[in-house]
Amino acid sequence: MATTPEISVAARAKYEPVIGLEVHVQLLTVTKIFCSCSARFGALPNTNVCPVCLGLPGALPVLNRKAVEFAVLAAMALHCRINQTSIFARKNYFYPDLPKGYQISQYDKPLAEFGAIDITSSGSQKKIGITRLHLEEDAGKSLHEGFPDSAEKTAIDLNRSGVPLIEIVSGPEIASPDEAYEYLTRMKEIILYTGVSDCNMEEGSLRCDANVSVRPRGQRQFGTKTEIKNVNSFRFIRDALEYEIVRQIAVLESGGKITQETRLYNSAEGKTYSMRSKEEAHDYRYFPEPDLLPLVVDEKSHAEIRHSLPELPEARRKRMVADYGITDYDAEVLTASKTLADEFELAAKAAKNPKRVANLVQSELMGRLKAKGLEIASSPISMKGVALSADLVESGAISGKMLKDLYDLCFERNQDFPTIYENARPQQITDPAAIEKIIDEIIATNPKQLEQYRAGKKTVIGFFVGQVMKASKGQANPQMVNELLAKKLEPNA
Amino acid sequence: MDPQSLTIAATRAAVQERRTTATALAEDFYQRIEKQDALIGAYLTLSKERALAKAAEIDALAAKGRELPPLGGVPVAIKDVMVTRGVRTTAGSKILGNYVPPYDCTAVARMESAGAVVLGKLNCDEFAMGSSNENSAWRPVRNPRDLSRVPGGSSGGSAAAVAANMAVATLGSDTGGSIRQPASFCGVVGLMPTYGRVSRYGLIAFASSLDRIGPLAKTVKDAALVLRTIAGRDPMDSSSVDVPVPDYVSELGKPVRGLKLGVPKEYFGEGLDDEVRKAVETAIQKLATLGCEIVPISLPHTKYAIPTYYIVATAEASSNLARFDGVRYGYRAGDARTLSEMYRRTRGQGFGAEVKRRIMLGAYALSAGYYDAYYLKAQKVRTLLAQDFAEAFKKVDAIVTPTSPTAAFKLGEKVDDPLAMYLADIFTVTADLVGIPGISVPCGETKERLPIGLQILGKHFDEATILQVGNAFEQN
Repeated sequence: MATTPEISVAARAKYEPVIGLEVHVQLLTVTKIFCSCSARFGALPNTNVCPVCLGLPGALPVLNRKAVEFAVLAAMALHCRINQTSIFARKNYFYPDLPKGYQISQYDKPLAEFGAIDITSSGSQKKIGITRLHLEEDAGKSLHEGFPDSAEKTAIDLNRSGVPLIEIVSGPEIASPDEAYEYLTRMKEIILYTGVSDCNMEEGSLRCDANVSVRPRGQRQFGTKTEIKNVNSFRFIRDALEYEIVRQIAVLESGGKITQETRLYNSAEGKTYSMRSKEEAHDYRYFPEPDLLPLVVDEKSHAEIRHSLPELPEARRKRMVADYGITDYDAEVLTASKTLADEFELAAKAAKNPKRVANLVQSELMGRLKAKGLEIASSPISMKGVALSADLVESGAISGKMLKDLYDLCFERNQDFPTIYENARPQQITDPAAIEKIIDEIIATNPKQLEQYRAGKKTVIGFFVGQVMKASKGQANPQMVNELLAKKLEPNA
Repeated sequence: MDPQSLTIAATRAAVQERRTTATALAEDFYQRIEKQDALIGAYLTLSKERALAKAAEIDALAAKGRELPPLGGVPVAIKDVMVTRGVRTTAGSKILGNYVPPYDCTAVARMESAGAVVLGKLNCDEFAMGSSNENSAWRPVRNPRDLSRVPGGSSGGSAAAVAANMAVATLGSDTGGSIRQPASFCGVVGLMPTYGRVSRYGLIAFASSLDRIGPLAKTVKDAALVLRTIAGRDPMDSSSVDVPVPDYVSELGKPVRGLKLGVPKEYFGEGLDDEVRKAVETAIQKLATLGCEIVPISLPHTKYAIPTYYIVATAEASSNLARFDGVRYGYRAGDARTLSEMYRRTRGQGFGAEVKRRIMLGAYALSAGYYDAYYLKAQKVRTLLAQDFAEAFKKVDAIVTPTSPTAAFKLGEKVDDPLAMYLADIFTVTADLVGIPGISVPCGETKERLPIGLQILGKHFDEATILQVGNAFEQN
């Protein structure tokens, strides 16, 4: 049993960590990468299988073009350079859930290289390089529990065998567990925007291995690294890295040496354990896959895929700040998912004054969500609701005070704004006499505007409509107000 | 009916014209197999049920007076490295001793669609690794011409079955000479098509970038008929090529006058048996009298072909054979306490010595630190070999050589000397490495009445020309 090492603040400050991340992302294709079996998660074990993904003798792989398209889309979103020709290679190793005894992957000529992700680190911007992005097939799953004879036997489910994956490898440029967390968050956000994966860590559609070493600050040469596997949330990766950095520093400070090895993270204990050392490391004997032709992404398909690339979160945030005059923070909240950002923009653009929609989100919605501890995705008021309320305020149909009351009601009853508004909507004043009375008062108290109107500046009628609606608390029938005002404002009235 | 006279066309005509039935023919062949094969050992598994069902189907067509498909009612057999749905397929190995595939190899399915009656599965060297058929885990095959001699390999069963009239035609596979060399040893025709011409789907892989399926038959015309049947793009094999498949048979009769035939000096040097040399030289003379122009050429990198082949082929084999791990199908060693022990015992007991030798050679050639010196270097030499042929084919239409440096050797003669065995493929491996088609046609006998083969090599996707030359030679 490893005990949690302890190190002094001074020791910690003496070293700097160097972290590189390898992320595997499952692509949401309908079928597998080398056969036409369904790639769906959750089917009964060994039902989505065929000679190809079972690795039966004589079966051959045929590349799924959709998987290529998705991988290229992700690579473009991560600012990678797409290699026009890339080569599939066999990675040879024995494992019971690897049916062919090799994984079809890419090695020295990957699909894409030289990408980057922008992250915020301690308040400033930093670019983390992506060394490579390549396509490969997933292996099956070994099931060590859940069967009556699980104590003696391992069962194998090959439904996942052949599901398309992309592996995204960062440069050794991540300097802290927080940066690793931020890098992963940004990557997930970008990939979700492209729609090529659901990045669901529980279902294993996003998996991450971390390489970490420490070196005395100022030293250029890397220290000996360890690889951490089996981490299934971003938070755990941050924690595992933190543990591992402290462990390595403690080893070095006590005069020891770091062993190059693979370590497993145990999230329950918050510790990493040695799994295998470099001496036991595999020689994967990579060589070009003779059953597949070189993968060519020609200019035409390159352009087509580029065309289908959506606006990415970072660019979208910048544009939204400019377009709607919102804060960086709110832009971030509104772009948390592509769906939300799309909903917001659709509602805002359909509204009379898009900026007012943004304003209401910022001034009225966010605070209430925060107070209730709700994510924006589960807000009772939809973006359409916000847009409707903005229009009502804009036309003077409701006052700011009424809006606040109605928003409170929405949160209280967990109902969207249009429903609440319909129910709580104040009775309209349709009695001409009552409306005329208000109009008369307004005309009497605004002689200057009356004079302007009669001098020919007909647009001033808007001012009067607004004043009348305000005085009636939005309850006067707007059409009647317009008609009656037009009459009353004439000199002979 | 004299079985020796049964070519594909004659067999089909007999069934079509109802002089016999496909069922009677199949029964007849099974009787002959029962009588002779105990001595020869060509068959590993008989697929009687499947054969008789197909024969009945063909007979029903014939009875209705319908036109039979091109191979209608023709008894054929398949090398045991091609998977057959519901029919045990062992690849000549203990590790697949009880393996019954759930799907059909594309080439086999195409043969059956064309009306062929598949009698059974043919013996071969384990995983097609060998030149004498002595590496079969089950039993060696004996040469029907001389039972003390080998039939060649690895498609020894495929050649012997045709030679002994136990099938009208067969499918074999060629990775380093495995169709042409046994065809030459047994006195039949063997055709290796261009790489990519015939789908490899369902062919148990030995060396993926080399493996090819092709016919063994009594005549060049029969080989052409079978090639026409199995050739063409298959969406299940990415390396199969969408090149139009000509009607080889109708092109067979074209005159060979004026064709330029290259004779590479490297194929007539040391190690070539005198009787073989004489027979091949006589054959070349005959082609000259038919109007072919004989052109001396050089293929300067020939001497590197064998070492290059044994690096590329073994490297790919080491990976292709990894799937035989005892986990999902085939043989699994009992009593293993750990996973790695199960792997080691299964593969240690399941594979024969030659297969293990090649897996180790290949794994070594691919391992870290050796890859550049072996595998990568071999691939570069492969390019040089391809350039040799590209240069030669600027000057000539086809190349003629001996198929094998010797006639069939004795059983046991080379089993203890793997290198001597490897040299049996010296004239055939290069075409495998380069991807071009080649055919072996009988061209005489030794004093001991052992067959000798003439090899004709052609340009990529130009099987038509080598079939044409082979046919002209055979008919005159």
